[in-house]
Amino acid sequence: MSTATRPGDGAESLAGDGTAFPPARRRLIRWPALWRQPLTAIGIVVIAAWLLVALLGPWIAPFDPLAQSPDRLAAPGGAHPLGTDTLGRDVLSRIIAGARVTLPLSILLVIASMVLGSTLGAIAGYFGKVVDEVIMRITDLVFAFPTIILAMVITAALGPGLQNAVLAMLLVSWPQYARVTRSMVLGARNDEYVVASRLLGTGPWRSLTRDILPNISAPILVLAMLDFGSAILLLSGLSFLGLGTVPPTPEWGAMVSEGVQQFSSWWIAVYSGLAIFSVVVAFNLIGDSLRDALDPRTQKAVGGRAL
Amino acid sequence: MTSPSPAADGGSIAPVGVSDPPQAPASATRVRSRHPLLRYIAVRAVVSALLVLGVTLVTFVLTALVPADPAAAALGERSASDPAAVAAYRAEWGLDQPLPTQYGMYLSRLAHGDLGRSTQTRNPVATDLQAAFPATAELALAALTVSIVLGVGLGLLAAMRHRSWLDQTIRVLSLVGISTPTFWLALLLFFVFFYQLGWAPGSGRLDPTFIPPPRVTGFYTIDALLAGDLEVFRNAVGHLVLPGAVLTLYTVGLLTRFSRTAVLDVLGDDYVTAARAKGLPGRTVTLRYVLRGALLPILTVVGLTFGSLLSGAVLTETIFAWNGLGQYAYHAATTLDLQAIMGVGLVVGVTYIAINFVVDLLYGVIDPRVRAR
Repeated sequence: MSTATRPGDGAESLAGDGTAFPPARRRLIRWPALWRQPLTAIGIVVIAAWLLVALLGPWIAPFDPLAQSPDRLAAPGGAHPLGTDTLGRDVLSRIIAGARVTLPLSILLVIASMVLGSTLGAIAGYFGKVVDEVIMRITDLVFAFPTIILAMVITAALGPGLQNAVLAMLLVSWPQYARVTRSMVLGARNDEYVVASRLLGTGPWRSLTRDILPNISAPILVLAMLDFGSAILLLSGLSFLGLGTVPPTPEWGAMVSEGVQQFSSWWIAVYSGLAIFSVVVAFNLIGDSLRDALDPRTQKAVGGRAL
Repeated sequence: MTSPSPAADGGSIAPVGVSDPPQAPASATRVRSRHPLLRYIAVRAVVSALLVLGVTLVTFVLTALVPADPAAAALGERSASDPAAVAAYRAEWGLDQPLPTQYGMYLSRLAHGDLGRSTQTRNPVATDLQAAFPATAELALAALTVSIVLGVGLGLLAAMRHRSWLDQTIRVLSLVGISTPTFWLALLLFFVFFYQLGWAPGSGRLDPTFIPPPRVTGFYTIDALLAGDLEVFRNAVGHLVLPGAVLTLYTVGLLTRFSRTAVLDVLGDDYVTAARAKGLPGRTVTLRYVLRGALLPILTVVGLTFGSLLSGAVLTETIFAWNGLGQYAYHAATTLDLQAIMGVGLVVGVTYIAINFVVDLLYGVIDPRVRAR
């Protein structure tokens, strides 16, 4: 009766207006409190700035990120504020163009793994038995590898390239959502409001998507927020290894890798790495404060999650 | 970079390891063993063995998924155009068999220590891995030791001074630690301390003028000490510092965050209040009561940290020309040397499972509640 994409919809109705039974309007996250912390504000500003850069990329970049010039390995300053690389391409323009690769990809990746993972986790937790066993054993397998190693192995097997790298990253990152969602669904499944709704004749899918999911969505969203940093680090790591983007695509990790070859031209690697670093720190700052802003009951579910 | 989230399963930081929290099987209700610890160890061993089997399944499936025809790759263009040669090759390697049979053959080859042959080094992958493993293990263990001391210490400090400026500072620093791309930091440190300042030794595990000590453990530092060669020892330690520091930054951040949470969780417990109320000195309460109570979740993270150390090694070793698993994996990945990559995946996966098995065992030893369940 309901499609598999439903949990995603449920996750969005955070305020609880889509529930079958109007709940008391208990706030899961207190948004204004986030602004009172200067660090969070910094994080939000940095991310907003990068999103703006990504959006306006072609208009604000001084050069074409792929255009080569005879001005090779030029030090920062003059026409090229951040210098040029081996092929005389402007580093600043390439970093700006890189934001258009990294940010949309990581957002896409986090959303996709959140939807996939929480759907599977909710199914596992709600229906239990064989489905639960199968899904959870698969997550065990994924957790048996360090993330980047598994992503590397998968990408290498599928063939390098951005599409396969993203697929590999999706495959390694959904299980954490599945585990969190499952444990929370297990906790909520026998709550009185769910049982009452079932007794009134609500079907299992409706009960899951309308009653349970809105009530467990906040921790999942926080987990996703904390996952952005990991996703960006993973993507740039794979690209650094030559398994992500294919040259000449301007990607930050791949640019750092170019910098390894041109050691004395430090600006190639330093600035592109700084771009990765600033985005990841900003996302982590926001994720951290979001977790603290959660109400304590749900806070524990995301707990001291490793990033 | 990421590591699996230990807190993901069920509320608090449960004893997750790489698997679900240690649980007694359903039979526990029927037969109550008189040796709960032994039974606990047996259960964990079976779970770990199954996971290892799962890891081989993953590498097998991934190898089977490869779009390129292995026969064509191994035989070269001329022989590959000869149907007879291709058929012979496929028969030899069992590629004409159904997949489950192929998996059986794959397992049997693994059991004989045959991980295939690297197309790049032309050596058996097992030989390459044997040479590379100790280098990475030495680096990872050195980094792990420092990380545990620093991470747990800082986490404890931050939690004891909860909400103070010290707590805030440590929190921001640990956040920076987990947000820094490892490969970038490696490059920065190498550039500054070797290229610019000349303080650190160059790349590799020893200066080129030194001869590696006779191999006993494969750890240059330990082997040098065993050979009584202090010069080599000092040089090997010097070479460990920079790559070790790179790996440490991330894991210290990770451990600090977790220790802080774990200690904060315990601090509000009644037994800590009771210990304070009966007048025990603050240091005793901190070390004997608080830290001990927080030890279990911290231990879990230490196991997981090892995974991120291995991941970090892959991204760090290339920059320092540290010829361990990471550099091997890097070269294998860039040349699409599939057998070699799968070998690395297998070894790292199995190591990771082994480490977490040990963590689970320590868990059972430290906390009687775990095995009593």
